[in-house]
Amino acid sequence: MSASEAPRGRPRPGALDAVFAIAVNTFREGIRDRILYLLLAFALLLIGASRFLSLLTVGDESKIIKDLGLSAISVFGLLTAVFVGVSLVFKEIERRTVYTLLATPVSRWQFVAGKYAGLLAMLATNVVLMSSVLAAILLFRGESPLPLVTAEFLILVELALVTAFAILFSSFTNPILSAVGTAAVYVAGHLSWSFDLLKKRLPPGAGRTLCDVLHAVLPNLDRLDLKTAAVHSLPLPPGEPLWGALYGVAYTVAVLLLSAWLFSRRDFP
Amino acid sequence: MKPDCGGNGSALRLEGLAKSFYGHLGIGRTVAVEKLDLDVAPGQIFGLLGPNGAGKTTTLKMILGLIRPDRGTVRLFGRPPSDPAARARVGFLPENPYFYDYLTAEEFLDFYARLHGIPRAARRARVADLLARVGLLGRERTPLRKFSKGMTQRLGLAQAILHEPDLLILDEPMSGLDPVGRREVRDLVLAQRAAGKTVFFSSHILQDAEMICDRVAILVKGRVRFEGAMGDLVSRKVLWYEVAVTGGPPGGLPGEMLSSAGAEALFRVGDVEALAGLLTSVQAAGGQVTSVWPRRETLEDLFMREIASGPAREEGR
Repeated sequence: MSASEAPRGRPRPGALDAVFAIAVNTFREGIRDRILYLLLAFALLLIGASRFLSLLTVGDESKIIKDLGLSAISVFGLLTAVFVGVSLVFKEIERRTVYTLLATPVSRWQFVAGKYAGLLAMLATNVVLMSSVLAAILLFRGESPLPLVTAEFLILVELALVTAFAILFSSFTNPILSAVGTAAVYVAGHLSWSFDLLKKRLPPGAGRTLCDVLHAVLPNLDRLDLKTAAVHSLPLPPGEPLWGALYGVAYTVAVLLLSAWLFSRRDFP
Repeated sequence: MKPDCGGNGSALRLEGLAKSFYGHLGIGRTVAVEKLDLDVAPGQIFGLLGPNGAGKTTTLKMILGLIRPDRGTVRLFGRPPSDPAARARVGFLPENPYFYDYLTAEEFLDFYARLHGIPRAARRARVADLLARVGLLGRERTPLRKFSKGMTQRLGLAQAILHEPDLLILDEPMSGLDPVGRREVRDLVLAQRAAGKTVFFSSHILQDAEMICDRVAILVKGRVRFEGAMGDLVSRKVLWYEVAVTGGPPGGLPGEMLSSAGAEALFRVGDVEALAGLLTSVQAAGGQVTSVWPRRETLEDLFMREIASGPAREEGR
């Protein structure tokens, strides 16, 4: 048999087997990372303390607990997505573990997908854990935590989208710029309405076009923010949470495809 | 359609490979590899030798698809490195490897076994067998952050041969190892060849290469200065003899005295006749010969000569 023929019965991983293996490894790295525990401890402390903080402020105690709880899940989830997300990809490159990994039959897109899936599993664990503590506090007060579930799920969708940006930036730049870029997308994503407002105040021309482009390109993260509605039991347009989630997922997939493309063109000198 | 550069029968074939690196903003070009052609037949141990900065690591990274060449082609068993099926037949150990410090040795190898698609049923036994083979038995549950450099290198080798690759690519596998570790790496490389595998490694430690290589290429400043079979490169002819003498008066003995300390002296003689004359004279003077060392040309001599010489490429057959 000629040496240039196809491999002889050599086991080959299925496309998703390698993604799964990398995801499990990333998840394992994440949950063995001390930063994660620090962030989680702070978040749980804040959620736990909301009961006491509510005593110090004027207003509906229950609403303050819910508001603080949901905000803590969102903010600490974001910090995890930015810091752990950015550092996990960068560490692979900086410590050169990516050399041996990409020398195996693993494709570049599988690496990106696996890293992302592992990070997402870690974030989901975080959100579920924090939501459970909040639910326990509400149940202890005799209130149902169910009205918050949709808002909590959309926080996870928002974190999924932000993590995709963390992966995107990490695929071509250093961790500091990646962290700043990811945080900037988060902030701009929550202010995307302001581009519309600004456009109306500008004379027709390049400024307006730029506003249109930014408004169209940046994710509209307000669509994924149902915290206020959940806390104050406000009515939502029918189907809005579902459309918001689909919007978030579609956007995430697009950002990941771009990341995989950039990563596949990258050299590792 | 592009012609097939695979070269039927080649384990590894490089044609006209070139790569330059640019500084910030594209300013300042550094040529790493220039017009590199190599053909490695299956079953060979091939040494890519050269001083630091010669372009050895860049070449290995282009072979593995970690760096895209500016020009030229790489073929692993006739396929480009971007093809996962080609990389499935290759094992790689980078220079000074570093692995995930949060994993244990067992978890690490299991992870790589999964990346290679080794079924669950076979993984556990394979991992245990490899850990025993590289002398890490009893370290299965040790986190990699507690591994010494030598242990990490052994684990790296285990990772590289985990899937029984047809081509093993090692970047400076002996560097930083103690003599025992170097010997173990040599034995492992020889065992791969005995199993019909191909080994391609870079090194600047010439003695190791001399002991195990079938064929070597000497790379200097990104160009191959010399390529050929080991037996052809280094002459087996004795260049001169070095003779250590003790007890007798060193003065008056035939041959060139290289050094002397007290009653001991080291002489150099050019051929067997001169050697016989020296031995007779030592005996007559009441001295003793403590060692006779026939000095042959080593790879190091050749290496130094090639580095010092011009850019022309020679072909040793």
